[in-house]
Amino acid sequence: MKPAAALRDAALAALVAFGLFAPLVGLRTEVAEGGLALRGRWDDVAWLCLLAFLGRFALMALAGRRLHVSVPAWLHRASRYAVPCCLGLVVVLPWLPFVERYELDLGILVLTYVMLGWGLNIVVGLAGLLDLGYVAFYAVGAYSYALLSLSFGLSFWVCLPLAGILAAFAGVLLGFPVLRLRGDYLAIVTLAFGEIIRVVLTNWVSLTGGPNGLSGIPRPGLFGLAFTSEEGGFADFFGLEYDPVHRVIFLYYLILGLALLTNWVTLRLRRQPLGRAWEALREDEIACRALGINVTVTKLTAFAIGAMFAGFAGSFFATRQAFISPESFTFIESAIILAIVVLGGMGSQLGVAIAALLLIGGTELFRDLAEWRMLIFGAAMVVIMVVRPRGLVGTRTPSIALGERRAIGGNYVSEGH
Amino acid sequence: MILDVENLTMRFGGLTAVHAVSFQARRGEITALIGPNGAGKTTVFNCITGFYRPSEGRLTLHAAQGPVALQKLPGHRIARAGVARSFQNIRLFPGMTVLENLLVAQHNRLMAATGWGIGAVLGLSRYPAAEAAAVQLARHWLEATQLLARADDPAGALPYGAQRRLEIARAMCTEPALLCLDEPAAGLNPRESDELAALLLRIRAQGTSILLIEHDMGVVMRISDRVVVLDHGRKIADGPPAEVRADPKVIAAYLGDGDEDEAA
Ligand SMILES: Nc1ncnc2c1ncn2[C@@H]1O[C@H](COP(=O)(O)OP(=O)(O)OP(=O)(O)O)[C@@H](O)[C@H]1O
Ligand SMILES: [Mg+2]
Repeated sequence: MKPAAALRDAALAALVAFGLFAPLVGLRTEVAEGGLALRGRWDDVAWLCLLAFLGRFALMALAGRRLHVSVPAWLHRASRYAVPCCLGLVVVLPWLPFVERYELDLGILVLTYVMLGWGLNIVVGLAGLLDLGYVAFYAVGAYSYALLSLSFGLSFWVCLPLAGILAAFAGVLLGFPVLRLRGDYLAIVTLAFGEIIRVVLTNWVSLTGGPNGLSGIPRPGLFGLAFTSEEGGFADFFGLEYDPVHRVIFLYYLILGLALLTNWVTLRLRRQPLGRAWEALREDEIACRALGINVTVTKLTAFAIGAMFAGFAGSFFATRQAFISPESFTFIESAIILAIVVLGGMGSQLGVAIAALLLIGGTELFRDLAEWRMLIFGAAMVVIMVVRPRGLVGTRTPSIALGERRAIGGNYVSEGH
Repeated sequence: MILDVENLTMRFGGLTAVHAVSFQARRGEITALIGPNGAGKTTVFNCITGFYRPSEGRLTLHAAQGPVALQKLPGHRIARAGVARSFQNIRLFPGMTVLENLLVAQHNRLMAATGWGIGAVLGLSRYPAAEAAAVQLARHWLEATQLLARADDPAGALPYGAQRRLEIARAMCTEPALLCLDEPAAGLNPRESDELAALLLRIRAQGTSILLIEHDMGVVMRISDRVVVLDHGRKIADGPPAEVRADPKVIAAYLGDGDEDEAA
């Protein structure tokens, strides 16, 4: 773009910024004697406008050049070994010398989001249905698990599949009325569904304990061996000294197993007609109908399977925390999970895992920066989306090939909705 | 007879796009549906393939398993009953490979072989054999449409003419009794049009009946067994190509609006 045009554009951006910030930042009401007083903060407004101006100018000046960072060839070759190496690292992580309780807890948190990201990836990345209420299924799973184990005393391994089934059922329930909607409308209705579930959990006090939540959720055991210091516990049985870290390590492997199960099922389904139909649906729904694919059923399966994995993750969450309340299932959770999927590259399993690590691990690492954390987080996301608009892994791997499987560039792949 | 259209009427609000049209497509023949722009040809197709629900009239497909009333079925069931179609504006799955496009077309057969998904995940099924057969069928149509060399390329990367052929190959992979093509020669160069005509004749020879919307009169007159002419939503002629070409009403319709006002 020509400098003059870029300047004009930047000036316009600064003007818009002024319009926004003048009332928002420029005027501040303060408590004064006899009421409120208005104080101007015009220097702050000036700084913000200048920032908008420079930012827009830089963006425009760079727009002429190709900003897309392409992966160098050696990295591409190395990437074949990257996945097994990473997986190996994740498996041995609890035994590494520098890994303490804190790192393990962080690992569990990241893996939970990896699993949620993979689950949502089925709905958003493969089937192309924009779901802003994914956390609802997470909540259904968590509460199902908590209620089943608290009221009936069922063990973790019985409750886990039941919670998954109940969450899948919730997915079908939501799916039936909304799947004839598309795009923005679908997004809004799923958003509303997420909120409805949260409001129900808050207000159905007799069942869910309302805002106080449910506590004392039983911890899982390993084949009936509880992780306690008592006789007959895990430590006692194996003749080890009791250490609370044992349970954390167990939880770590539990969520790792669940996440890998999600990944395995997704990868398998992607090579099956069902997964191909999901992707075809994302590409062109009308063509699918003309080929005899039952669009409603196919979308419902995507919703149900995605919801089922959220339900598993929810059970895990409940058993790990031993306490759940509606506060854990707010819209921001859905937004974070969706951000993981979009940032990772829709449909890419590896991208989603990396994005979860960056987003969840990253925000944990910068905890010391307090509120600046979110600013850095937002800026980093904007930068990534500008540099790689298709997400970290923007290409699509074909599910079958006659000859060699070649990745498909993101510009051909549609995003659905 | 493969398809019987009786008294088909389609209204959009106050506009009657198709007005009491009746015609028949015979088994093993190529029936062309022609007419000036906006005559209602695509609307007839959309009624046959379930994208629109007709305001009035009956559509009967005489399939192998007996007559099927198409106007009552949802779109995906019509496809399963044996009607495949292509679109005037190409509708492929651009981010999937050519081969994947053809496998999606065989979804229902493959899905049955996987035990509706569950068996496939567990690996307990006759799926590999079914998939091999599906790839074989895809290969057959890739060869017929000269796309075999590009099987692993994304459909969106193909040149225009190849995309048109791929759409036909994809429709044929559903193994239809009736193939409905909406302007398959649009945008093709003369050599490609000739190849297309040869392909359609080959499809007819192997037993699939064809219903063809086409503006390229060269192609229509050369390969169709019967021509139906629509104008302003009404049928104005129906017969063998030579007869229709000589029909004064058809000539008037194609020459433009001025003549028509006088006729009306
Ligand atoms: N969904 C719709 N809603 C309202 N009007 C429509 C709709 N679909 C088609 N029409 C109208 O019906 C008439 C016939 O359209 P149609 O697309 O069937 O014509 P066509 O014969 O296929 O023309 P062309 O040769 O340009 O493809 C047109 O006047 C069109 O505007
Ligand atoms: Mg048309």
